[in-house]
Amino acid sequence: MTETMETTRAVVVERDFPYPPEKLWRALTQPHLIAEWLMRNDFSAEAGRRFTLSADWGQVDCEVEAVEPNRSLSYRWDTKDLRSIVTWTLAPTATGTSLRMEQRGFTPEQKAYFQGATVGWPRFIAQLGEVVSRLD
Amino acid sequence: MFRALADPTRRGLFERLCREGDTTVVGLLAGAGVSQPVVSKHLKILKAAGLVHDRHEGRYTYYSAERDGLRSLIDWTSRMTGFWNDRFDDLDNLLRRMDQ
Repeated sequence: MTETMETTRAVVVERDFPYPPEKLWRALTQPHLIAEWLMRNDFSAEAGRRFTLSADWGQVDCEVEAVEPNRSLSYRWDTKDLRSIVTWTLAPTATGTSLRMEQRGFTPEQKAYFQGATVGWPRFIAQLGEVVSRLD
Repeated sequence: MFRALADPTRRGLFERLCREGDTTVVGLLAGAGVSQPVVSKHLKILKAAGLVHDRHEGRYTYYSAERDGLRSLIDWTSRMTGFWNDRFDDLDNLLRRMDQ
């Protein structure tokens, strides 16, 4: 039963920007602009479109799920250890736009991480280092 | 929990418990390079951090790694939260530079 509880989780980041939704939409959907804040990519805002985000550390395999111009955008976000969906929502405010990112994911291998401690350890240490560096 | 695992001896003990399963303090002494009271002290700290579970059986206490204790570390959400916050900062920078 606890398995079900830990198989899907979400990360939510929200921020208000002093710009209209149209401007944010461009930054979220034009490849040369996406490259400036996220990763190199071959994105195109069409449902069903597969694209890749690439960085020095590896790549993310994506597929556009839904597009509603200036309002919302979602795509699959798959890396070697994570199957997830990223959803962007743009809501106009009196002073600009409220931008919300939700990433919902599934990690069926969580149990294997634990049992394969020798395999998981290097990754674990790397994460530990990151977490500790953020502690005060 | 992070502090409990920041110590290399404790990390080593925890790693062995992950690999080897139920073990007594004596079993852990082999290869630990420290004395029994030291091992016991470290196990106590690991237990307090929720990383180790103990089970009494006759004169012996068996220790094992607590699977749930690692949950927040292996959880991808903690990794991604930092990632996305940084990306939002970069997006903010880009928007400043973009013309309408």
